Amino acid sequence: MTSLKPKLGTRQLFIVFGLGIPLVVYCLFVVGPTLSIFLESLFRWNGLSPNKKFVGLKNYTDLFGNPMFLSAISHTVFLLLVSTAVTMGIAIFFAVTLVQSRLPERGIFRVMFFFPNVLSVVVIGIIFRYVYAPNTGILNSALEAFGIEGPIWLGDARTVLWAISGAMVWQAMGYYMLIYMAGLDDIPPSLYEAADLDGASKFRQFIHITIPMLWDIIRVTLVFYIISSLNLSFTFVRIMTDAGPNKASEVLLTFMYDQAFENGNFGYAMAAAFVIFVLSFGLALLSDKLTERKDF
Amino acid sequence: MGAHLKGRLSPGEWVVRCLLAISALVIIFPLLWTFYTSFKTNEEFLGSIWSLPKVWNWDNYIRAFEVAKIGSYFINSIFLTLMAIAFMFLMGLPAAYILSRMEFRFRKVIFAFFMSGMFISTTYTVLPIFLMLNKVKLLNNLPVLAFVYAATTLSYNIFLMAGFFRGISKDYEDAAEIDGCGYLQKIGLVIVPLSRSGLFVVVLFAFMSYWNEYVLGFTVLRDRALMTLPIGLANLMEIQQFATDWGAMFAGLVTVMIPTMLVYIFVQKYLTAGISIGGLKG
Repeated sequence: MTSLKPKLGTRQLFIVFGLGIPLVVYCLFVVGPTLSIFLESLFRWNGLSPNKKFVGLKNYTDLFGNPMFLSAISHTVFLLLVSTAVTMGIAIFFAVTLVQSRLPERGIFRVMFFFPNVLSVVVIGIIFRYVYAPNTGILNSALEAFGIEGPIWLGDARTVLWAISGAMVWQAMGYYMLIYMAGLDDIPPSLYEAADLDGASKFRQFIHITIPMLWDIIRVTLVFYIISSLNLSFTFVRIMTDAGPNKASEVLLTFMYDQAFENGNFGYAMAAAFVIFVLSFGLALLSDKLTERKDF
Repeated sequence: MGAHLKGRLSPGEWVVRCLLAISALVIIFPLLWTFYTSFKTNEEFLGSIWSLPKVWNWDNYIRAFEVAKIGSYFINSIFLTLMAIAFMFLMGLPAAYILSRMEFRFRKVIFAFFMSGMFISTTYTVLPIFLMLNKVKLLNNLPVLAFVYAATTLSYNIFLMAGFFRGISKDYEDAAEIDGCGYLQKIGLVIVPLSRSGLFVVVLFAFMSYWNEYVLGFTVLRDRALMTLPIGLANLMEIQQFATDWGAMFAGLVTVMIPTMLVYIFVQKYLTAGISIGGLKG
């Protein structure tokens, strides 16, 4: 048995180093920062000076008393709701039609729809600025061809959030479509064959077979979509409108960022960051709860 | 597979086909438009937004590279992306191996601890990360940023790799062990080759996310000479003097898109397959 001893030693050494280093790095750059968001949010601090004052929960009470912050919450929730609903709806619809269709070109559609997902969000944001531009934009001059005078999409408080949602849907739709297509491939065809024999319509098959069979995937994608589009909202807003016009498209992340880097108000920004962190978990948990499988 | 047309398409199928074609146009046209606009002069752009360029000239690209420094952004992006991928594998490979193929105390707890990181986003941890790097004077440093990229994506990549490694039969490893292979050799000679298609997906996802990353880079890289393509491009858009140079802007956009587009065309099969294997990225 003694001959096993050194071997056991290398095994332990390998585990300690192979796992220890990534663990330390992970703690330093992921876990530590997350914890420090909460800790730092209890201070008033500009991020640079040694002057750091403990203020307790004052940053939070200030935040929720700030109408700018409250409207940033409602803009964020609006973007998430609209882009989630539209993206999921279109993605499921196209996934089902592509999987069930006999179209010879469906492979090409798949490749095309997924493509925006590999592009940089910065690039997408800039391109959509040109799509939505009032005079030189693609969208309005296309509308003009139909005799419609398009709004100033990104310059009008009434349309700006819809326009940003449009870009978000454009970016994400193909990715979710592919996930649903993968899920649809796992549904046994015999279920549809049986339904066909019973004379069930395509629509009934969709409601009673497709949706229930996809339900678990839909739930997971919903949670991921909420978290990822919350994150993407920063870049989309930053590039497309920089929170304008007149803060009409301010979202939580741009609010947080400007508090830190424009106003030098790091403690306050950390409090906003913590609210975002809680909100993203809250929304994810909520959507998970709401979609919990009752009996189908 | 079963895409053979049995007879003619029904009217319903034609409706579906039209709907799909319109959507595909909505997806592809803005990109196509960006591409051909990048060859138009500024006067042509303002004159008619739809028309094709009269002459396909490279002036915009020359300006984008000479005046707007797109070339140096490009080199920075390549350097940063490759280095981040290297750091990620250096840390992620052994960790994924240990967590998926070795038995020891607290293994499950440590794995769960790592996985919880998938729910944390750099869009808000960027504040403490900035403060930390600022304190030790490591802002404006590409290798450091690459390391931060690797560190903040470790959870997701370990999750993917551990998933691929778990499926490998123990027999291969036992055989390698009899041949006297150590752990690192087993990873390099057995595990990596056997899961190469999975690892290829990991490389692809990592490439895409590092190449396109904006928030962290934008915050940490303030020196123009170090900016990456997305950051430089966003910067280009903000600087007023270039905002009126549409041509250079579009040339810049196309320059950023080309590498991802090429990668996409060559590997889209693996990428779309990866979606169903690897599931979701955060």
